[in-house]
Amino acid sequence: MIVLKTFPKGGVHPAENKLSKGKKIEKLNMPETVTIPISQHIGAPAVPVVNKGDIVKIGQLIAKSGGFVSANIHSSVSGKVLKIEPSMDASGYKRMSIIIKVEGEEYEPDIDLSDTLVKECSLNADEIKKRIADKGIVGLGGATFPTHVKLSVPPGKTAEHLVINAVECEPYLTADHQLMMEKPDEILVGCSIMAKAIGVNKVLIGIENNKPDAIKLFKEKAVSFNNIEIYALKVKYPQGGEKQLIKALINREVPSGGLPIDVGCVVQNVGTAFAVYEAVQKNKPLYERVVTVTGKNVKNPVNLLAKVGTPISELIELAGGLPEDTGKIVNGGPMMGKAVNNQQIPVTKGTSGILLFPNKLAKRPKVYNCIRCSRCTHVCPMNLEPHLLKNLSNKALWEELEKERVLDCIECGSCSYTCPAGIPLLDYIRLGKANLNRIIRSRK
Amino acid sequence: MANNRLLVSMSPHDHGKDNVKKIMYGVVLAMMPAFLVSVYYFGLDAIRVNLIAIAACVFFEWFIQKVFFKGKPTITDGSAIVTGMLLAFNVPTNLPWWILVIGALVAIGIGKMSFGGLGNNPFNPALVGRVFLLISWPVQMTSYPKIQVLNFAITDAETGATPLALVKEGLKNGEPFSQIIESMPTSYTDMLIGQMGGSLGEISALALIIGGLYMLIRKIITWHVPVAVLASIAIFTGILYGINPEAYADPAFHLLTGGVMLGAIFMATDMVTSPMTGKGMLIYGVGIGVITVLIRVWGAYPEGVSFAILIMNAFVPLINKATKPKRFGETIKKQ
Repeated sequence: MIVLKTFPKGGVHPAENKLSKGKKIEKLNMPETVTIPISQHIGAPAVPVVNKGDIVKIGQLIAKSGGFVSANIHSSVSGKVLKIEPSMDASGYKRMSIIIKVEGEEYEPDIDLSDTLVKECSLNADEIKKRIADKGIVGLGGATFPTHVKLSVPPGKTAEHLVINAVECEPYLTADHQLMMEKPDEILVGCSIMAKAIGVNKVLIGIENNKPDAIKLFKEKAVSFNNIEIYALKVKYPQGGEKQLIKALINREVPSGGLPIDVGCVVQNVGTAFAVYEAVQKNKPLYERVVTVTGKNVKNPVNLLAKVGTPISELIELAGGLPEDTGKIVNGGPMMGKAVNNQQIPVTKGTSGILLFPNKLAKRPKVYNCIRCSRCTHVCPMNLEPHLLKNLSNKALWEELEKERVLDCIECGSCSYTCPAGIPLLDYIRLGKANLNRIIRSRK
Repeated sequence: MANNRLLVSMSPHDHGKDNVKKIMYGVVLAMMPAFLVSVYYFGLDAIRVNLIAIAACVFFEWFIQKVFFKGKPTITDGSAIVTGMLLAFNVPTNLPWWILVIGALVAIGIGKMSFGGLGNNPFNPALVGRVFLLISWPVQMTSYPKIQVLNFAITDAETGATPLALVKEGLKNGEPFSQIIESMPTSYTDMLIGQMGGSLGEISALALIIGGLYMLIRKIITWHVPVAVLASIAIFTGILYGINPEAYADPAFHLLTGGVMLGAIFMATDMVTSPMTGKGMLIYGVGIGVITVLIRVWGAYPEGVSFAILIMNAFVPLINKATKPKRFGETIKKQ
């Protein structure tokens, strides 16, 4: 038996519940209005370049990147700009958004809407990065970090590997998996374009072993690319964390406080690879993405191609409507997603799934005293001691937290997930991180 | 609108489903084989002692929680039941009921609740109770009834010395180990299945190992502590036996008699009072093994497991400090 690669320490294996597995990606009907937040990425918000009353086309730039770490935003529909005002997004805060009333279906003329595979890319590295920036591509794994920034290797560092995260370790979600099954060639072309942009000739794609069909398909397809290697990984959460993925694939440890480039790696999500393909080869901005809509009581769990700005209620409708006893709606996966309090939240570039929990599963477990079982320590993929961090945070000993490297925490939630005393360890750790970050900022 | 009832909480939104209650009742279940063996050899007395100890422990926890802490009752979490059963397992079955009740009061009151209840106690509560009784009533705590298979008549059973005490006494009088063993009615097989005198729950190594395997499979315990305790006892006594087989008992004898199995599998593995990391658990386990042998071979008592565990309990905070897990990315210096 082949021993599958994985990261050595920590991790959990929650029930996979991939209910929408194998469901063909369906295209959502054109919504009536869309609400497009100008801040859908990490970094500075974009700056609107349209005004109330303007007529826009699908793919038209409506908000311009607001800095180096920022991203362009394009309209996902054609129609009229109704208003530009704050509207609640998945974070629970009101954020400036461009609200567009849909009229017709008119595309920017330079977008190639055909299905023909374009393999050759004649652009050079800088042109590729510029195109990716122009088309507003951000990391689609959830963190939504602007892709062109990640592909710009800082001076003094060299990239050796492009690591593609095709792990999809979050339970329930199948968006990446389904995309891989339907668009393997496009994804592989996207990977080689990114490899060219950062100047590496080695691409490693990590796929968890619960997707044998995708592993097989990619191994077959990758043969025609001489620089792409496919690795089957043992199923373990949070393998999609970039530090864990690098450790699993090439056994290098990103230093504490460092970035993947410190060990010669750039990590990109498989969905991002597809978006890069579309941007570079088809001139298509990032205005729609694949979203899994799922849950234990959902009638028809689906994978949908949804336009950015569509209220999630329309996605839920296509999945058979909101189940009677829904107690929680999560934007994202069950381990790292954000709970939202209404169905008008728009789909954004970072929305990988809409998860509907019945009341019974929505509640948090009963809390007991800590029994020092140390399971949190054993499952922490960063080898931290969550029980200790919780206690320090509870006592407001923020500086002590720094010594215990609380900022290394990737907020994967394995500790809270596993705690038999039901203690929300990660809540305390987040509190500690926020306060410590405040202190660190004030030092400058 | 149904939306008003949507719960908003921070991630993760899924939970591993294991909880303190399940763990505690899992331990109770794991103690069942040893309990059944005790009923087989000690009759109704085994049931009597368990019931009194459990009832007293649960009562004292409820009482202290209600009267002193004025908090919600915590007795349903099952931890008081575990303490009660472990206390019962650690005493002779002919122990007068009032001594047992005092033991329960010390175990729960001093051993556990005085530190703030579940999870806050540095020492294993059942052992605190047991050692208190051993020091206060040494005669009653060390007169073990002779075993009688399935005897449910309530009689004043005869008492007799345990193999461990016989060997200690014999070796002290200069008799060679091989002779003592030969003259003993208990064979090693008897010791394995539990056909010998001793505390209620400690007699059958086999039943305790079955319980331990169950806890391993259920992931209530890890292998580190039991293996470290048993291996260090085997190695230490093996060396002594190798030096002089007539002056020291052999490793198998040490492993099969007294409270070693009960201690290694059920008492030393208590989550609350044992270290947090695998490495720490190994250090702690070896400490218990070494101190046990030191007491057994050169100490005043024939048995030393309880003391060894309590002593090592005291070192747990230090061990935890010394064996912090190596952080991810710690060794590589940032460029």
